[in-house]
Amino acid sequence: MSDEFQPLLTSRYGIEGSHTLAVAEKHGAYRTARRALTMMSPEQIKEEVKKASLRGRGGAGFPAGVKWGFLNPKEGEEVYLVVNGDESEPGTFKDRTIMNQDPHRLIEGILITCWAIGAHTAYIYVRGELKHSIDSLDAALAEARTKGYVGDRPFGKPHPIHIWTHSGAGAYICGEETALLNSLEGRRGEPRLKPPFPAVKGAFGMPTIVNNVETISAVPDIVELGGERWCSLSRLAPTDGGVRLYGISGHVKKPGIYEAPVGITMRELIYDYGGGMLHDDHPLKAVIPGGSSTPVLRPDWTVDAPNEDHPLHAWHGKSELDVPMGVDTYRALGTMLGTCCATVMDDTVNMVEACRNLMRFYRHESCGQCTPCREGGAWLVDVLDGLLSGRGKVDDVNMLVDIANNMMGNTICAFGEGTAMPLLGFVQRFADEFVEVAKRGLPLDVRHDESTRALVKGGVAA
Amino acid sequence: MAFALTPEREREVEELLSHYPNRRAALIPVLWVCQRQHGWISPEVIDWVARRLELSTAVVKGVVTFYTMFFEEPVGEHVIWVCRTLSCDLRGAKAIQEHLEEKLGCKAGHTSKDGKFTLLKAECLAACGQAPMVQIDDDYFENLTLAKLDGIIERFRGEAS
Ligand SMILES: Cc1cc2nc3c(=O)[nH]c(=O)nc-3n(C[C@H](O)[C@H](O)[C@H](O)COP(=O)(O)O)c2cc1C
Ligand code: FES
Repeated sequence: MSDEFQPLLTSRYGIEGSHTLAVAEKHGAYRTARRALTMMSPEQIKEEVKKASLRGRGGAGFPAGVKWGFLNPKEGEEVYLVVNGDESEPGTFKDRTIMNQDPHRLIEGILITCWAIGAHTAYIYVRGELKHSIDSLDAALAEARTKGYVGDRPFGKPHPIHIWTHSGAGAYICGEETALLNSLEGRRGEPRLKPPFPAVKGAFGMPTIVNNVETISAVPDIVELGGERWCSLSRLAPTDGGVRLYGISGHVKKPGIYEAPVGITMRELIYDYGGGMLHDDHPLKAVIPGGSSTPVLRPDWTVDAPNEDHPLHAWHGKSELDVPMGVDTYRALGTMLGTCCATVMDDTVNMVEACRNLMRFYRHESCGQCTPCREGGAWLVDVLDGLLSGRGKVDDVNMLVDIANNMMGNTICAFGEGTAMPLLGFVQRFADEFVEVAKRGLPLDVRHDESTRALVKGGVAA
Repeated sequence: MAFALTPEREREVEELLSHYPNRRAALIPVLWVCQRQHGWISPEVIDWVARRLELSTAVVKGVVTFYTMFFEEPVGEHVIWVCRTLSCDLRGAKAIQEHLEEKLGCKAGHTSKDGKFTLLKAECLAACGQAPMVQIDDDYFENLTLAKLDGIIERFRGEAS
């Protein structure tokens, strides 16, 4: 952890009343938006965001500047900005901190982005469970409207910008951008076929940019510092720029959200930021790096990149935990950075059981449109149930792999991959354990809260 | 009994309609307004919403059934959602669920005999760093222990209904 790190995204967290306009503004809010709208052209802003190498924070890591460049509205078409605050990927709890503690940062980012992409209306789609985040945003928006920052002439500019929150009602799939658009339009949250991509035909049939809450919240800092300088704060500049929010949950001493440069290692996240393993006598067994859809890593696995051309050659022979956390580095490692919120498991956790927990999630959340996803997800749970109850056989492990492989690439949206990839990751990295469970089953009293049950039961706050 | 919104909530609907380029987009927000008044989405609510937004009842029902937070039958005075996804389970969510089942005298998916609480299992509620946790109505209760949970339930039980 570097001592001189200056928080940007979280700079107003913890300040009394940081969610109110008066306090936020006293600590710098809206200064950049004012400058951007009155003194910068949309092209200048887009240029800075491109130079920043701001990789989308919603999971896929697509460069925001490039995405904005896909917009090419035809005569008479209205451009929309839709902010993704669905925050539903298991293990992920970062956007909520922005919406609750610093809603004005997000609003400021939306104002700058709307000006840059030529949008007059933005919707913030927030999952229905986060009623407090919606209330926090609505209150902040009301204040910003009273001030005239949001409305017909933001900062005196004759470029009306209207911002509304839109509540979901419980459905993980609505985090997928086209399902989200359907949900915004009052439909079932079923993903749409792409193309057309939202930038061509999105909300209400109009060109639309969908970005994650954290992505948009980074825009004011990028404009303030300049794209190049912001980018260089990252250890993985220039391809993956800036700072970001890291989350950590599970078996660590200090679960929570931490801001740090892009490119810290998982080892730093767990042992420095997260305070280390919850119990000193229960070492790390596995960590899911960025939400449940990202394949699990294990500390005793090393990077195999003897070839000098390999992007991870510099880490050849080192533990997976020592590879810097970036969109491209993690892809090269065979996993994904996802939402950058890690779930840490100690040696009391059985990997087949952990895998089943997540597969039950996917079974529950599949929208049901595509057969491989709907049936495959349910089938994976059935097979895992069989294995864990002792009714399974070793060949069932191959069947798991088979089912998962048949989901990959065969569905309308990436939910199918999001189910299959973690399954394959668990089986690949913990094959021995799957085979062992297949042979013996798992005694019913083995549960994956082994190392925390006493804390919960004993009345001692964990 | 026919359903209708109070004048105050009707104004809320008017306001919501002004946020979108068409009426249909207000469907989910309007369903929320109705559920907040009525407690659940009854067939009468579906009829009312369909007429108000000029949609077919089939369209409205199709949306209601897609989203887990819209209740298709009456629920208890308070709804408790226990998160059982991995990060919470790693921190003892199963013990939380079992304790609640014992305390309320009903299994997850059911309502306590006194009608006070409906207990439901939830998938990840975006509070994984504060696990284990439950959501009761609109509020999150985090970093739970059984003792803390007892205090929370007693508070809800003690309130005038
Ligand atoms: C099944 C599924 C769930 C998703 N859930 C979320 C989510 O909860 N929040 C989010 O920002 N992006 C989510 N995404 C990614 C979005 O589709 C989209 O890529 C993202 O919002 C784009 O914003 P970004 O480029 O700023 O990351 C999900 C994708 C899939 C396939
Ligand atoms: S796993 Fe329970 S809140 Fe995320």
